Amino acid sequence: MSDWVVQAIATAVKAGLVIGIAMNIVPLLIYLERKISAYMQGRIGPNRVNLVLGDVRYLLPPSMRDAVPASLSRFKLIPGSLQPLADAVKLAFKEEIVPASADKVLYYLGPLVAFVPVATALAFIPFGTGTWDLFGTGHVIDLRIASADVGVLGLFAISSLGVYGIAAGGWGSGSKFPLMGAVRASAQMISYEVPMGLALLAAIATVGSVDTQAFVYEQATTWGGMGWLVFKQPLAALIFLVAMFAENNRLPFDLPEAEPELVGGYHTEYSGLKFALFFLGEYMAMILMCSLFVTIFLGGWSLPFVVDPSGTSGLNALASGLVFLAKIMLVLNFQVWIRWTLPRFRYDQLMHLGWKVMVPLALANLVVTAIVLHLAA
Amino acid sequence: MSPELTAAPLAAAPLARAPFGDAAVSLEPGLHEQEMVINFGPQHPAMHGTLRLVMTLDGEKCRHIDPQMGYLHTGFEKLGEHRTWNQFIVVTDRMNYMSAMANNVGFALAVEELLGIEVPPRAQAIRVIMCELSRIGDHILGVGLQGMDLGAFTAMLWAFIEREKVYDVFELASGGRLTTSYTRVGGLAFDLPEDCPARIRAFIERLEPVLQEMEGMLSRNRIFLERTQGVGTFSRQQAIDWGLSGPVARASGLDRDLRRDRPYSGYEQYDFEVPVRTEGDVYARYLVRLAEVRQSLRIVEQALDRLPSGPVNAIGAKATLPDKDEVYSRMESLIQHFMLEMPGHGIKAPKGAIYHATETPNGELGWYIVSDGTGVPYRVRVRPPSLYQFQSIKPMAEGRLVADVVAIMSSLGVIAGELDR
Repeated sequence: MSDWVVQAIATAVKAGLVIGIAMNIVPLLIYLERKISAYMQGRIGPNRVNLVLGDVRYLLPPSMRDAVPASLSRFKLIPGSLQPLADAVKLAFKEEIVPASADKVLYYLGPLVAFVPVATALAFIPFGTGTWDLFGTGHVIDLRIASADVGVLGLFAISSLGVYGIAAGGWGSGSKFPLMGAVRASAQMISYEVPMGLALLAAIATVGSVDTQAFVYEQATTWGGMGWLVFKQPLAALIFLVAMFAENNRLPFDLPEAEPELVGGYHTEYSGLKFALFFLGEYMAMILMCSLFVTIFLGGWSLPFVVDPSGTSGLNALASGLVFLAKIMLVLNFQVWIRWTLPRFRYDQLMHLGWKVMVPLALANLVVTAIVLHLAA
Repeated sequence: MSPELTAAPLAAAPLARAPFGDAAVSLEPGLHEQEMVINFGPQHPAMHGTLRLVMTLDGEKCRHIDPQMGYLHTGFEKLGEHRTWNQFIVVTDRMNYMSAMANNVGFALAVEELLGIEVPPRAQAIRVIMCELSRIGDHILGVGLQGMDLGAFTAMLWAFIEREKVYDVFELASGGRLTTSYTRVGGLAFDLPEDCPARIRAFIERLEPVLQEMEGMLSRNRIFLERTQGVGTFSRQQAIDWGLSGPVARASGLDRDLRRDRPYSGYEQYDFEVPVRTEGDVYARYLVRLAEVRQSLRIVEQALDRLPSGPVNAIGAKATLPDKDEVYSRMESLIQHFMLEMPGHGIKAPKGAIYHATETPNGELGWYIVSDGTGVPYRVRVRPPSLYQFQSIKPMAEGRLVADVVAIMSSLGVIAGELDR
């Protein structure tokens, strides 16, 4: 079989894998978020919807039922683990309410536009090694969907479109609270893309490439495999991390949906599956941003002594994928932790932090990086 | 888009597409600007209870606030004209559901002053304990809600857990958690159960670490400080002018606490301080509430240490039910029981009017009671602290951002049931 046929098939498989895993992390993340917040707040969290087999004793003949301890008969596999499924079913059966004053086109387009670019941008994320020799057949598989040279630039170009969905949804609802939420969201996401981009520029200058896989190789091959940019560019990593929270509209930057102020923000007027799509898009954006942070600053799929960056074996590729997944989950948990700890900024304070603190810092960081690189070269 | 183009569809279909108010202000040709009238409440996450603010917004800035009340109007004052003295205690629970005990005590004290009854020392001490516990419950949840309205949800839930423990004590004493109805004219419904003092002491011991944890979450949190310091500032004179009382007034430097200045229920025996701050902003109210929790803990401890023994009802006053054993064995007690319980009888207050105020968690709760000598009051008028705090949102929050309005609102601790009566 010629190489391009193999590559085409492999790309289709990779696309299915990435979307499948990302879509399955979302319910896991919702469950984890609810459980972790419950743990932090002295609550129990969801524990009603279980994977229960019922009373397993009734599977046995009557004479053997007493032999099984009663404690085993009500065995629950991870209490509350089916809660996200129950939520999704509930949302699917909700009445679809469209406000009378809504702009129908924008209203229906909003959730889609919020979700699709975010899911598309995942194509640029390398979730494993770039040198997997497909079962020793000589076909080298790059474990990311789009092996495009534009790399992070393409990723940003696509994922930034998501803000149009929020703006369209808020504006198209024809209601006041969503309008305010949409205006806040647009202003916030555009503002925080500036320091984020500047922080990224410093990282790009350090690596010398915009290719996402090149970021990982640079980090995996310097400083004994620990040349992660979080150590080489700590300030850029910090700025990126803060801007990441703002991009995802998470506390302390969740002004677009600040509940005590704007009820639900831009999705106040949404119900049913359209709301679910907004929700899904938000969590996908979280996953995207965390993957990006892991790829750029935390060494991507690399880990010393576990993953060989130039290895070609299938086991090595599998290990790299698992390392990547583990790193994403850690950063996602960090996001959850911060969300349930900090209060929310006010609008002017948010803008102040973005434009007057983070942009100058990111610029200074970029200038210092450029000077150091120039002197070193 | 030219102004003609935008104006035409508005004129054609005014109801369908004009949700943003009518007052259009155009600063430049082609630029269409208008202020937006927005309806905060009565169903809004930040308007605890059923409060309503009609705000005129210029972007994020709040130009005018029109606080509106009455969405929880239940006619409590009118009910007072149809309920006997003891029956009305049940209604006082429902007024301020955050601190029902303090309301019970306030009303009972007012009626006792009208009747001229002296309550036995044990009942006084128990009333003080219950008042202070309800103050702890109210303030700790108020501080938590302040955090919640600023986005710190976790602090609120920690506060809720402790508030539930206060309610455990109330349940032990009175049988009710939220609506306690614990006092009676001339005493209490029941004596404290034997294990209650130990339970209260255990609660006090557990509370201090939680308080410190909440302070760790909020008091020096940079975001919390920026959101609260200098927001909703009220000077001492303004606090007097707008009739504020309680922690909100004390945060503005008004050193007034009825427990110290006009003691009732034997508050003069206890050693406590009245925390006062002069900043008058949202943060000062937060600090005053936390400090008051600590002072209340001191009072409860002292009251527990010197809890006198004896009856909890003023026996000779012909206003309280006699002991059941005595009803069965002594003629006088049987008659008294009959006189209090039969329809058309009951406590007869002398003709007259009285104003009696107590320091409830929210501030000065005053009862103006007019009696015409029958078994029910002629008029029961309440001076709710929430009313004065709710109306002061207008001068405090006008000209500030929407987020500040929410922060100020939660710092005032307005209870809708008490506000609307």
